[in-house]
Amino acid sequence: MNHERLYDSESRLVTRIGKAFLTERVVMHGKDLHHQLDHLEWLHLYIYAILGRDPGRNVANMLNCYWVGSSYPDPSIWPNHVAALAGSVRSTPSLGMMAGLSIWEASIYGRRPEVRALDFFYRAGKWCDEGGKLENFVDHEKDQGRILFGYGRPLAATDERIAFTLAKAKEYGFYEGRHLKMAFAVYEHVNKKHGYSMNVAAVHAALAADMGFTCEEYQLILSPGFVTGMAPCFKDARSRPEGSFFPIRCESIVYNGVAKRDWED
Amino acid sequence: MPSDYVYHSNFWLEEPEESNPFAAKACYCHGYDVYGQVITKATWFEYLLLMLKGDRPQPGEAALLEKIALVLANQGPKEASIRAAMNGGVAGTNHSSALMSAMAVGSGLYGGSQELEICMRLWRECEQDVERWKVRLQDPQEDERADIWPAIEHPPGFDPNGDNIPTTLLQSLELLVQFAPDDGALAWLRNHRDILEGFFRCPISITSVAAATFVDLGLDQDQGSMLYLMLRLPGAAVHALEQRKMGWKKFPFYSSAIELEDDPGPYSEHNQEGKQ
Repeated sequence: MNHERLYDSESRLVTRIGKAFLTERVVMHGKDLHHQLDHLEWLHLYIYAILGRDPGRNVANMLNCYWVGSSYPDPSIWPNHVAALAGSVRSTPSLGMMAGLSIWEASIYGRRPEVRALDFFYRAGKWCDEGGKLENFVDHEKDQGRILFGYGRPLAATDERIAFTLAKAKEYGFYEGRHLKMAFAVYEHVNKKHGYSMNVAAVHAALAADMGFTCEEYQLILSPGFVTGMAPCFKDARSRPEGSFFPIRCESIVYNGVAKRDWED
Repeated sequence: MPSDYVYHSNFWLEEPEESNPFAAKACYCHGYDVYGQVITKATWFEYLLLMLKGDRPQPGEAALLEKIALVLANQGPKEASIRAAMNGGVAGTNHSSALMSAMAVGSGLYGGSQELEICMRLWRECEQDVERWKVRLQDPQEDERADIWPAIEHPPGFDPNGDNIPTTLLQSLELLVQFAPDDGALAWLRNHRDILEGFFRCPISITSVAAATFVDLGLDQDQGSMLYLMLRLPGAAVHALEQRKMGWKKFPFYSSAIELEDDPGPYSEHNQEGKQ
């Protein structure tokens, strides 16, 4: 009977992630939170919590650059816009931030391109391990009609985060990684063949592959990363008159639908 | 005159008051005067279908949507999205936070809207061909690439933890079939579920029933997903409100159920020296 497997976990969960022994102590992945992990910066601890191991200060510093480099206090960016709208209509900080964060899980920016890009580099690496040429792998992906996340026709002339990220990669010892080299080789190929540019998603994903994260770990690491840009957007909108954040007049909804008709027709 | 920034819509028109360009004098949904006609003449479910599909629905379609809305309205505290809302409600969270948690948890691949989307995609691929269903249900992924959603771990629309179709779900299916087309997805599901249930050795779930209903209503998988999320919110709301009143002392706190496999024990300098 299929349902019988549920009996085992109805009132019991055996785990190694840790436990809060409330009023006494907290264990995270085998270490005491308040005595053995207390020296870690918050982001470093977050990475430890996800990975179940300490990947070292250089990885934490490198990922910190992802977060710092994407903290844009600009309410024109759609998730930030949501946080600002929440402030403008006098919702709460947590609701505004969580709503904004949740829409970072999008298809044209944020989580899906990031995950697809990381997966792309792992699959490309496997292809090359099996004796294939990187350029052929890229062409094969294109032939299947797949988007090469991290590459494309430029919306802007440059991505201001690339130089910043590469400088940090040099500083923290990730500049010579295999996947980062692949990211540039792919850029050379698609630039020559299709005129594509490279954006920071490719650089971030290649570095993440060099750091060895799974796609799920990468999603978890990046999920709260943009909250720093949202907080000031919420606060700024909150400080202005209610409902005054880019209000929309009726005629700014441009209608392209059917003509007026009668319900009874 | 619009401002420098405009939004485009193919179904919603607003006409401004002469005295205030930000206030609407009239709104039209797919051409129908919403406040002049729709809200006086339509039912809630007719209006929902009008918004989604673009035309005034047939009476039978609105009746079918109302019945699935009734079926989905409250899946009870065992259902994960409702349980999530209760976890918020019991602590006196914001009502919106409780509903947000219900939607986040209710969007999953096990009983959630993402599973429903896969079911609806498979309906498009397999139609009423039971052999194709057998093949696609075993390997329903679109391609091998990683995505923000993990790979589904069971045949979509089936409950791997179930043994036989629960009575409540069977009652729901039998009722919905009465409001659905004779040759539609619901009727086919009712007539063929036992073949697939035997093949996969587990029963269909509410997700497959909802998916078949939305297919019969002519909705696509995105529309179906939105409806599935919305129509389950009443139960989440009411259970969250009930737990808020019930109080936290009566609500489970699973601490004693959690066993740490590798508990290092209380920290002390002495302990750590011993481990060096």
